[in-house]
Amino acid sequence: MTRNPSPLGLYLHIPFCRGKCPYCDFYSLRPDGDRPEQLARRLHQLIEEYGKRSEGYTVRTVYFGGGTPLLLGAQRLAALLDRIRASFPCEITECTVECNPGSTSMEDLQVLHKAGVNRLSIGMQAADDGVLRALGRKHRMQDTVRLVQQARQAGFHNLSLDLMLGVPEETDETLDSSLSAIRQLQPEHVSAYLLKLEPGTPFYEQRFCLGLPDEDQLAARYARVVQALEGFGLSQYEVSNFARPGFHSRHNTAYWRLTPYLGLGPSAHSFFGGRRFYFPSDLNGFLHGADPVDDGPGGDYEELLMLGLRLTRGVSVQALREKDPAAAEYTLQKAAPLIRQGVLAQEDGRLKICSQFLLLMNTIICDLLP
Amino acid sequence: MSVKQDHIRNFSIIAHIDHGKSTLADRMLELTSAVTEREMHSQLLDNMDLERERGITIKARAVTIKYAAKDGQVYTFNLIDTPGHVDFNYEVSRSLAACEGAVLVVDASQGVEAQTLANCYLAVENDLEILPVINKIDLPAADPDMACHEIEDVIGIPAMDAPRISAKTGVNIGEVLERIVTDIPAPAGDRQAPLKALIFDSVYDSYKGVIVYIRVMDGQVRPGDEIRLMATGSVFSVVEVGNMGPNSLIPTEALEAGEVGYITASIKTLTDVDVGDTVTLNNRPCAQALPGYRKVQPMVFSGIYPADGAHYEDLKEALLKLQLNDASLTFEPETSVALGFGFRCGFLGLLHMEIIGERLEREFDLDIVTTAPSVIYKLELTDGSELVIDNPSNYPDPSVIAVAKEPMVQAHIYTPSDYVGSIMELCQNRRGVFVDMKYLDETRVDLHYKLPLNEIIYDFFDALKSRSRGYASFDYELSEYVPSKLVKLDILLNGEIVDALSFIVHQDNAYARARKIAENLKENIPRQMFEVPIQAAIGGKIIARETVRALRKDVLAKCYGGDITRKKKLLEKQKEGKKKMRKLGTVEVPQEAFMAVLKLDS
Repeated sequence: MTRNPSPLGLYLHIPFCRGKCPYCDFYSLRPDGDRPEQLARRLHQLIEEYGKRSEGYTVRTVYFGGGTPLLLGAQRLAALLDRIRASFPCEITECTVECNPGSTSMEDLQVLHKAGVNRLSIGMQAADDGVLRALGRKHRMQDTVRLVQQARQAGFHNLSLDLMLGVPEETDETLDSSLSAIRQLQPEHVSAYLLKLEPGTPFYEQRFCLGLPDEDQLAARYARVVQALEGFGLSQYEVSNFARPGFHSRHNTAYWRLTPYLGLGPSAHSFFGGRRFYFPSDLNGFLHGADPVDDGPGGDYEELLMLGLRLTRGVSVQALREKDPAAAEYTLQKAAPLIRQGVLAQEDGRLKICSQFLLLMNTIICDLLP
Repeated sequence: MSVKQDHIRNFSIIAHIDHGKSTLADRMLELTSAVTEREMHSQLLDNMDLERERGITIKARAVTIKYAAKDGQVYTFNLIDTPGHVDFNYEVSRSLAACEGAVLVVDASQGVEAQTLANCYLAVENDLEILPVINKIDLPAADPDMACHEIEDVIGIPAMDAPRISAKTGVNIGEVLERIVTDIPAPAGDRQAPLKALIFDSVYDSYKGVIVYIRVMDGQVRPGDEIRLMATGSVFSVVEVGNMGPNSLIPTEALEAGEVGYITASIKTLTDVDVGDTVTLNNRPCAQALPGYRKVQPMVFSGIYPADGAHYEDLKEALLKLQLNDASLTFEPETSVALGFGFRCGFLGLLHMEIIGERLEREFDLDIVTTAPSVIYKLELTDGSELVIDNPSNYPDPSVIAVAKEPMVQAHIYTPSDYVGSIMELCQNRRGVFVDMKYLDETRVDLHYKLPLNEIIYDFFDALKSRSRGYASFDYELSEYVPSKLVKLDILLNGEIVDALSFIVHQDNAYARARKIAENLKENIPRQMFEVPIQAAIGGKIIARETVRALRKDVLAKCYGGDITRKKKLLEKQKEGKKKMRKLGTVEVPQEAFMAVLKLDS
């Protein structure tokens, strides 16, 4: 007897960076000495271990994120992917690697493509070199252009470009240059997100002298990006994600739909077996077998609503009712006036936030949660 | 047995905030071994948390300690602590009236500060001997000579031989104690005369009932005596008399002329006992009550509402408990369209109001909304009847009002002469009528103004401070009601009147105030999903308008991989913040907005 296998997403976190960007508060360190080799070894072990515990699951998506995954070496990434195939039941439809312009070689791309990676997420961030410098990025726009060309040559048909909004030195003109770069590079997918000042980062310390755009400018720029991308055929499917038809990120969409995923690597998060847990941000501990830290049960009503409303298609009302009938009643009651005001819409059994209010998501969700 | 009068010293300590009053009191208690080290924690005399935190003394306390002086005699020191704010001016004057002397503490690095002056003048008025002390000589910036000169120049008492101490490190505290013996006169009352005792404070105790703090001027009192409180006329039978030890009450056989102590007499509520009243024997009364008694009445009123209507009963319980120990707090139920069920509370002044608000939140863990303070207006209506208004939302339609009257105060502002111009301008802006100006010495003046109470209840004190770089102080007394051109100003949020924000203003100031209030509200109401029009209106006529623009963004759209918990926590935080808001119609209004209404002079 075989039941229908549950889909599973696998995330491998490679916490290596050559330098620290001044806005980033992710865990990262330099790929010194034999760290890459040790990390790869530990990941191989964990893949095998979890493979044994994942009966009834089928891996559908794999995502190598970071940091800079290629600092582990393309060959090691390929070997990890092989290990995944050997350890889990797999029907991988999407396998993504994050890459940085300027530090990804044609050879790397060929190795990845051959190994079965079919999607690249490219950290373009901006098209204007002045903005890139202000962001502390090492690459320049020409590096992004080259990387996209090489990726196409290497056979990748699914490219995503990252775009950061609300950054130092950003003007309407620099934003236009980013948009026109996207139009010319024709990616299948774009992630456009707003800079967040995280305590402890250099940007946070300098926040009052960075000349950042204010709330209204930011909202206006975001609206402009949404409109422009739609014009290029990249439609918004999530608050910060845009794709050509059929090219939405399957791996990320799983997060928003409460599909289980397993995150391996220091600071990687998982939702597996109904629990949320994560590996602490400590490479040494991770290498020496530190257990993941439990983060409580996952998949409750709050998560269903808060994650579902990130998607432009919204969340299924029936799913809300099944999760918690009383809470669903509360939500619907609170939603009624917002629907009248055009903030929310209820269509085809789904509750969703109307596009011009997506940036007010937190306020709206606070209103809707009991 | 009672102590001989010439071995008693009754005194208080006068100091500016932070100049070290409580620390000095602590050191005195330590040196006289009144408290063991274990019991000692800093600032013993200030009992309430709030006092310790703000470094101010809210209610008077008294303590009796024994001091073995260098002359080989043991003296009884009665240290009577005083509150230091204009709201409690009357209480200060009564505490001082119970003393023969005052220790004036001046910070060696700061010199004489304004607040000290007003209390010093009160002490001089009460014929107290003033013993100056220069504190904080351990500070690098200390300049004790300068401080002495200032005392001599500004207050006009010799100060060159003032003890120079550090209450913090304990240096020269012994000298202060000796000087209290030699410089401050002993009390001189007639122990055989009929009882005449001054009530300078009272506290409620759940076992003994009201504990009345007294200074016996003449005669004696002992358990079993039938006493009469002369102003209120009520009669009680004394259960216990005694002294106030640093940590407990110490019963004695009797209290005699010159002594400071307490009486209990099965008195059930604090409202039966007025500070400043005279205690005498019912069957052998003294001829005349002590001078200076005043019935203390609340001057400032505001609505206090539970942030969550479900906590109405909790709020009521809390107010009842606070009232047990604070007779000057009054309250009665009221309702507001915007805020639901709550209480109209009466306070001595704004500090008092703030203290009550904070105690409700801290000691009783209540989230409350306090409406802008108001004074009592008296209206004569066209039908000949009279109406007393302590809540602006009850203000009637102007067509039925024949005469509207507002309360005036006699205010004395003590200031260095440099700031006279700026302060006169402030008083004029607040509709003050100049009465006179007296030079206290070459550099200091006493500005006497008649001012409408409603002009000084909110930010007058702050404005005064900012216009005089902190040097001016003031003190006021309610004088009379005078006819005035008053109008009610309504505030509309999103087109709806919010009754809790209405207030009464003089017609001539209405436009300027309306504009300022609309601006203040705009600054205090956070942006929401839709824009919020703020309007100020008299009758139906809109006279000012501002708009809180719509919120544009609250979400940070970076997707953090799979760290959902982090997102949830952010959301929880936002929900918490939202709980602190009050929903008025469709508008979320934070507590501060209700107070922002009267912030006028920025």
